[in-house]
Amino acid sequence: MLEEKDILASAVEKEYSEGFVTDIEQEFIPKGLDEDIIKMISAKKDEPGWLLEFRLEAFRKWKTMTPPKWGHLSRLPEIDFQDIIYYAAPKSDKDRPKEIDPALQETFDKLGIPVGEREVLAGVKPKDTVAVDAVFDSVSVSTTFRKTLAEKGIIFCSFNEAVHNHPDLVRKYLATVVPVGDNFYAALNSAVFSDGSFCYIPKGVKCPMDLSSYFRINASGTGQFERTLIIADEGASVSYMEGCTAPMRDENQLHAAVVEIIVEKDADVRYSTVQNWYPGDSQGRGGILNLVTKRGLCRGENSHLSWTQVETGSAITWKYPSTILMGDNSTSEFYSVALTNNYQQADTGTKMIHIGRNTRSRIVSKGISAGHSENSYRGLVRMNPGASKARNFSQCDSLLIGSRCGAHTFPVIRNMCPTAIVEHEATTSRISEDQLFYCNQRGLGPEDAVGLIVGGYAREVLSRLPMEFAVEAQKLLSVNLEGSIG
Amino acid sequence: MDNLLEIRDLHAGIEGKEILHGINLTIKPGEVHAVMGPNGAGKSTLSAVLAGRPDYSVTGGSITFSGQDLLAMSPEERSWAGIFLSFQYPIEIPGVSITSFMKAAVNARRKAKGEPEMAPAQFLKLLKEKMAFVKMKGEFAKREVNVGFSGGEKKRNEIFQMAMLDPVFSILDETDSGLDVDALKIVADGVNAMRSPEKSAIIITHYKHLLELVTPDVVHVLKDGKIIATGGMELADKIENQGFDSING
Repeated sequence: MLEEKDILASAVEKEYSEGFVTDIEQEFIPKGLDEDIIKMISAKKDEPGWLLEFRLEAFRKWKTMTPPKWGHLSRLPEIDFQDIIYYAAPKSDKDRPKEIDPALQETFDKLGIPVGEREVLAGVKPKDTVAVDAVFDSVSVSTTFRKTLAEKGIIFCSFNEAVHNHPDLVRKYLATVVPVGDNFYAALNSAVFSDGSFCYIPKGVKCPMDLSSYFRINASGTGQFERTLIIADEGASVSYMEGCTAPMRDENQLHAAVVEIIVEKDADVRYSTVQNWYPGDSQGRGGILNLVTKRGLCRGENSHLSWTQVETGSAITWKYPSTILMGDNSTSEFYSVALTNNYQQADTGTKMIHIGRNTRSRIVSKGISAGHSENSYRGLVRMNPGASKARNFSQCDSLLIGSRCGAHTFPVIRNMCPTAIVEHEATTSRISEDQLFYCNQRGLGPEDAVGLIVGGYAREVLSRLPMEFAVEAQKLLSVNLEGSIG
Repeated sequence: MDNLLEIRDLHAGIEGKEILHGINLTIKPGEVHAVMGPNGAGKSTLSAVLAGRPDYSVTGGSITFSGQDLLAMSPEERSWAGIFLSFQYPIEIPGVSITSFMKAAVNARRKAKGEPEMAPAQFLKLLKEKMAFVKMKGEFAKREVNVGFSGGEKKRNEIFQMAMLDPVFSILDETDSGLDVDALKIVADGVNAMRSPEKSAIIITHYKHLLELVTPDVVHVLKDGKIIATGGMELADKIENQGFDSING
């Protein structure tokens, strides 16, 4: 028979199975934020002068700014930005690009992230392989399949490597979609970002495998500030996936990322996120503060960008993956499932800015609230005067589980073009006792039943994810709802 | 042989109102019982209590199923023990395909028995076989559970699920209501195919059409929360010809 504490341990494990800490020697810089710290980060990365200037300019802007307060996020604490360590890295980092540290290899194995190529190469189905850039705290520790990709002219590497090896591309595109002073957290990220992924798909190239970044926070007292830059040149296409986890801690940890995507003429980018940062415990202690800026620019004609996100983690989520539809006939979609349980709060949605003629966008947002959580959809659809015959369709659904949670919708529509059409639909529903009983009668326990019903509710979004991601996302929805009923 | 189901002096109701006032009913393995009665007699309460619907409460009496105290079991435990309820009003589950729903149901009971999940190939074979049995076409498997189904399709879906889950004891709660002749035949075939020396069923109905096709072993008449008469098909004939008022307890 299991001892009580084992049962407790396994219950906690079930709640958040990625909550372990890797015991690895790490180097840190001192706590706090000033120009010296920024110079230190830049020096650690051996950065060129222009990038240090970029950081310092961002830092000066950031100092003049204040955190946004408009989110429906009552539990977002006052963050003491001087009490955060802005750089933490495994000590072995200097040895790159040699073999990945065995402790890190083990960490990513435990998380199910393939940071070695061997296994996958030995497999028979190269079509199903995924190239992974694994970011551990402040640095990228491994990027797989680089050679295979390089044969096609595709650059997939850590942001830091891109700065050194492809400075022209980085300078050309960095901060063109999310300007340095775009918002408080984007400015902070621009000042202190430590690593992230860089991806460039050249003209006419269809990326032969899915690319993926995996972000892992490990060190205590730190924040993660990664920067991702994806460029799809004319006629290029790529499917990009992002996943993230962190250890369980009683303290809040800050994650303030910036993702910029540039989509040129006839190019196609599909960006998928499964966000599973530590959500805090059932009493609302700890958890990641996920305050990120993601934006894509459909710059060329007929370009296409699709966002798919499954947000199940983080104590606080403040995130609006957006698209600027500049090129004529460009199209974009935002498919989102945001699940909050216990004391989690999410304020998430999208902005679709239509500039080009005949541009189209589609928004499908599925919020799921349980426990004492608050879940908000916030969106902006803007039709500029020149966006003739542009169209948007938005569908915002909320599902409530229990009676102590909240669901909110804040849609803003600004239509300045007489020939543009904007449609918005919204529903709010609950899981009914009848549905639960029907599932129970067929042999599904209460939690399996909720998982199944929620999976069905979110299916339209989950079906947009790459297969292995969809399976993982479905599982996460069930796991993160455990204890939400009864 | 031991009884499969034994209901003793069952008192039950909903929202504090007692609807069943002392039901006694015993079903042996292999027997099919019909329960007939007018609207409001307590037929659906009986099926709800047997399946363990949480909004119904039992205020007295006992139910023993295969020697176990049924009232102590959760709805899913009753399902694992082999009880199946064909719902009078089947429930919609948007976004969940029949295939996913059945896969979850089949594997949930295997898990409860400590068995591994059914192999996908074996599951698909079973699914196809049972779909053919209720005359459902291929796309049926991909449809969302009961969403946009006609009344007849919903009832056929219940029989399909019954065939998939292979219960020991089935409760058909007015499964025949609103069905055309062809659909009624499918339901009857479903019940008849299930009959064996081990398996039993309760058929709750207003009419004798379905009973003519399945020939129950015993017919009960439920009225005002009590079983007022028990007999054979002659009871069903009498009700059909003279109405429920002709039966006096």
